Amino acid sequence: MSDKQSNNAYWSANLRLIIWSLVIWAVVSFGFGILLRPMLAGISVGGSDLGFWFAQQGSILVFLALIFFYAWRMNKLDAEHGVGED
Amino acid sequence: MDQFTINLLFVGASFALYIGIAIWARAGSTSEFYAAGRGIHPVTNGMATAADWMSAASFISMAGLIAFVGYDNSTFLMGWTGGYVLLALLLAPYLRKFGKFTVSEFIGDRFYSSTARMVAVICLIVASTTYVIGQMTGVGVAFGRFLEVDNTTGLLIGAVVVFAYAVFGGMKGVTYTQVAQYCVLILAYTIPAIFISLQLTGNPIPGLGLFGDHSASGEPLLQKLDQIVRELGFAEYTAHHSDTFNMVLFTLSLMIGTAGLPHVIMRFFTVPKVADARWSAGWALVFIALLYLTAPAVGAMARLNITELMWPNGTGGEAVSVEQIASEPEYNWMATWQQTGLLDWEDKNGDGKIQYYNDKSEAMQAKAAEKGWQGNELTKFNRDILVLANPEIANLPGWVIGLVAAGGLAAALSTAAGLLLAISSAVSHDLIKGQLKPGISEKGELLSARIAMAVAIVVATYLGLNPPGFAAQTVALAFGLAAASIFPALMMGIFSTRINNSGAVAGMLAGLVVTLVYIFLHKGWFFIPGTNSFTDADPLLGTVKSTSFGAIGAGINFVVAYTVAGMTKETPQEIKDLVESVRVPKGAGTAVAGH
Repeated sequence: MSDKQSNNAYWSANLRLIIWSLVIWAVVSFGFGILLRPMLAGISVGGSDLGFWFAQQGSILVFLALIFFYAWRMNKLDAEHGVGED
Repeated sequence: MDQFTINLLFVGASFALYIGIAIWARAGSTSEFYAAGRGIHPVTNGMATAADWMSAASFISMAGLIAFVGYDNSTFLMGWTGGYVLLALLLAPYLRKFGKFTVSEFIGDRFYSSTARMVAVICLIVASTTYVIGQMTGVGVAFGRFLEVDNTTGLLIGAVVVFAYAVFGGMKGVTYTQVAQYCVLILAYTIPAIFISLQLTGNPIPGLGLFGDHSASGEPLLQKLDQIVRELGFAEYTAHHSDTFNMVLFTLSLMIGTAGLPHVIMRFFTVPKVADARWSAGWALVFIALLYLTAPAVGAMARLNITELMWPNGTGGEAVSVEQIASEPEYNWMATWQQTGLLDWEDKNGDGKIQYYNDKSEAMQAKAAEKGWQGNELTKFNRDILVLANPEIANLPGWVIGLVAAGGLAAALSTAAGLLLAISSAVSHDLIKGQLKPGISEKGELLSARIAMAVAIVVATYLGLNPPGFAAQTVALAFGLAAASIFPALMMGIFSTRINNSGAVAGMLAGLVVTLVYIFLHKGWFFIPGTNSFTDADPLLGTVKSTSFGAIGAGINFVVAYTVAGMTKETPQEIKDLVESVRVPKGAGTAVAGH
């Protein structure tokens, strides 16, 4: 039973992490890159605006950071909850 | 040495390399054939995934689409990279923990139903085959141009090469071959981009040059580009013009489609540990991002170069003359590409000059009437030639042009090979061993995998010769189908214990059928021209184009699956336990072949 509880705590921590990561994922691409672009129009980036930069490059960089952050955080969570592979 | 010989040398040398690697890494056992014995390092795997994923669409087509449309086509950039976040967070580690070889095997076991497994196999074969057709079409065009043979011969040569290493190598051969292909394609993409960025902005990193200053005018590059395209009556490069809702849906469809394509998911079965599967997706995106951060720069800079070539005296001065195009070396590329029929111009008003402008713009029509222009005279510029012609447009040395030829072919061939592997394992492993003849020997299974690959190549080559539409349409269908069928089933299988066998089958079928019908309604039934009832210019549902429907199809899949699961018998306890075990990395062993 204790094993099960530990798994549940592990799983809900994982779900929280996934949800927050996906919120950022959506905000930078659909948000800053498309829907919120007019709001960011005042911030200029090299000949265009911040929204254009997010659509063409920024979102990709954030995606990268998100995946590596998630991998690092999850590998730590695995160890904390004793559910790692080794 | 003439350009033809240089191209031949580059393409020939790169092929010799791929085939040499395939022979060196020949697969011996079934486990090696599918998953390379799981001995592949995450970085190596990431590089191979990147080559596998970046097809002719990314390499040949994407920068051209961005160049001629600008900001609105950023959807491709975000869509084709954002899917990796979904893969890394929602699928890869769990599928690796599950420890089987194929996507349909997971679906079959998780939904304790051979029907579910068969439906997944069908979705997978349909999506992969349509994708291969698009690649084969691209292979034909690229070979045709660089080997100066016709499209049909180019396609047949390509088919033989794909057959050679995919059939004899299996996954291990393909993995190492794809690492080599990645190196070739990324060099081929970035080297000309670096040259061009240096020419235009003085910055050696194209992605930074894009947001830098244009050396010749001292203004920011993007402002300069906006200004000259505006002066010719075209839509401003950095401005937002298309329908926002469709843009969001299209991006989402590409993202979900990426995470649902079997040949990409399969990659994550080949890493040693669950933790590695998480890192692998990140490494894949690192290698993909090298191209994707360069692509918008390639597009914008090519658009600027082309416009300046057509208006050598500025947009207010005289246009380029017919004679200049015929005689000056920097216009040589125009004659070369005119031969392919993908580029053309016509001096409509007989003034000896070629005026390139937007003849649909009212302001330009007034100006044209005043100047005696009779319409845009750069009559044809196929977007797919942009990347391949780019080094010639920028007047780069011959070896760069040869390298780009080899890179374009590497992109198309590596994706075709990865997809063929996904198809062959679906047929031999899921269909024959899993369903029709469970007692088949390992040797027999390998043989049937190879036969399935050969059949798939023949079918794809035949359909590539008589393509159901433009390559981009075919690829859009593949993405829509993967998004609507495979991804939701996998995700629900991991994140919900509620979804049972009937729910999953109903969801996949609903997603697949509705998406297929929506696409056929717009593109013609089975792509037969003239059988469509709607067009993407005026779609059935509001502004939703058929290429953007995959996201809606996925939504339908989720809703149907939950509804049906709610009305039918609950998931048995042993399956709930299976889901629980998939959720934790502990106890992940090496995979077992079949059951």
